[in-house]
Amino acid sequence: MRRFALIAVPYAWLLALFLVPFLIVFKISLSDTAIAIPPYTPTLDISGGWAAIKGFLSELDFENFVWLTEDDLYWKAYLSSVRIALISTILTLLVGYPIAYAMARAAPEWRPTLLMLVILPFWTSFLIRVYAWMGILSNEGLLNAFLLWTGLISEPLTILNTNAAVYIGIVYTYLPFMILPIYSALEKMDDSLLEAAEDLGCSRMEAFWLVTIPLSKQGIIAGCFLVFIPVVGEFVIPSLLGGSGTLMIGKVLFEEFFNNRDWPVASAVAVILLLILIIPIILFQRNEQKAREAEG
Amino acid sequence: MKRFSAFNAVSLTLGFAFLYLPMLILVIYSFNSSKLVTVWAGFSTRWYGELLQNEAFLDAAWVTIRVAVVSSTIATVLGTMAALVLVRAGRFAGRTLFSGMIYAPLVMPEVITGLSLLLLFIGIGLDRGVLTIILAHTTFSMCYVSVVVSSRLVSFDRSLEEAALDLGCTPFQAFRLVTLPIIAPAVISGWLLAFTLSLDDLVIASFTAGPSATTLPIKIFSAVRLGVSPEINALSTIMIGIVTVGVITASLISKRATLRQQAEEQAAIRA
Repeated sequence: MRRFALIAVPYAWLLALFLVPFLIVFKISLSDTAIAIPPYTPTLDISGGWAAIKGFLSELDFENFVWLTEDDLYWKAYLSSVRIALISTILTLLVGYPIAYAMARAAPEWRPTLLMLVILPFWTSFLIRVYAWMGILSNEGLLNAFLLWTGLISEPLTILNTNAAVYIGIVYTYLPFMILPIYSALEKMDDSLLEAAEDLGCSRMEAFWLVTIPLSKQGIIAGCFLVFIPVVGEFVIPSLLGGSGTLMIGKVLFEEFFNNRDWPVASAVAVILLLILIIPIILFQRNEQKAREAEG
Repeated sequence: MKRFSAFNAVSLTLGFAFLYLPMLILVIYSFNSSKLVTVWAGFSTRWYGELLQNEAFLDAAWVTIRVAVVSSTIATVLGTMAALVLVRAGRFAGRTLFSGMIYAPLVMPEVITGLSLLLLFIGIGLDRGVLTIILAHTTFSMCYVSVVVSSRLVSFDRSLEEAALDLGCTPFQAFRLVTLPIIAPAVISGWLLAFTLSLDDLVIASFTAGPSATTLPIKIFSAVRLGVSPEINALSTIMIGIVTVGVITASLISKRATLRQQAEEQAAIRA
């Protein structure tokens, strides 16, 4: 009985506030837009009995999805979100790996402090961290002022409101998600393996590629998924740092919903976004499972 | 022996400069007396004064704090229960779905979570306001809590709890007197995580907040959309300050608690 209550309470909460809402999104994505409250049709009236439910079901269709395929704004937005997410995941890996690597090689008494320094920005507001770059990257901003001062450029560069600013913002805000799993994989590594590789004739570089990288594979995979998956649906960074040319699906969905008030299309956009992400999400969970099994 | 090369030193220096310089610049410029945020015109605390007179920001801050306290507390209870289920309950019907529902929100795009909750609230006719934001925040942050707590529960020595049961404790007493004190650091860090996630959330709150309740991130977002403003710099500095002090204090407390507990566990095992 006690066990039942322990399971039932969180289970019921998640069913009601996580699973059911998804089913509603799916249902509304099959409805039509209407000028009404709520702004879609049909609405289900269970008091009408079986006939009402049948009539309700017969009015649902995939029209919104067909519409999404016809309007190339959406296709471009999905493709460009995935592309931006892929490129920024690779950039984050390139920036994050050397940091994680250096942390794992630091003296053990330093590691908790370094770890805290990586985690601390994560506790600071995401919004504020993105906002901080607005003042740095703008035409009159500090970066341009600095570059002009050094004489490297003679005219300010336009960085804010371009994709370059979006990449900088993503790498900056998601960096801890990349560093932490790679660090925890590297920290466990036994250094005598590297010595063995070098004794057997590997150069330090070869030993790094043949020993260190494969042993930190799980961390790299986890870090990449932790960056890639949320970035595909990112909203704040493209809205604040991106320009009119930055097309990302999270922003499209937000605007479709709030500015155009087109709920069925916004829901269809969400359903497709979820379908795109379901494969990486499953792969990520499998990688985590493997890591847990390897540990336990 | 691990070799810490010059390359490692450079990566760490550049890495931390990259992580901290933007925030440092933000903090410095919050004390700029000029309205032009990119030109330094001398030290001033003027923007802090103006901020404290901005009723809209103060109201939003109050809503945000209330939402964060309530949602993180409920999320901690539910998340700890969920962690116990994940680690202890063994097999039961629907276990896969349950663990899926715990892990999925961690990587789910916020726009989807926000949209789906909004459609639910409208569907059941719940007016949007403080209550709906609390429900939404509780739901995603309980998943984070349960991940944090379950990682502590996995390494927990169950024989301690069995000993308590053998000595005549009821299962609930054994939980309260033995298990809870041991997992307490994880529960506390779970609460803190839930609290900051709630303070920080913009997207889900935008969907689930109604006209009657605006949170601070929503206010900040609509202000910074128009560009950089010195008042927002001052507000950001206050928030960065609170978080820094909070995180450092919490980590010191939890470090001490963990050390003490490990010592006690060891002593109990030896005795």
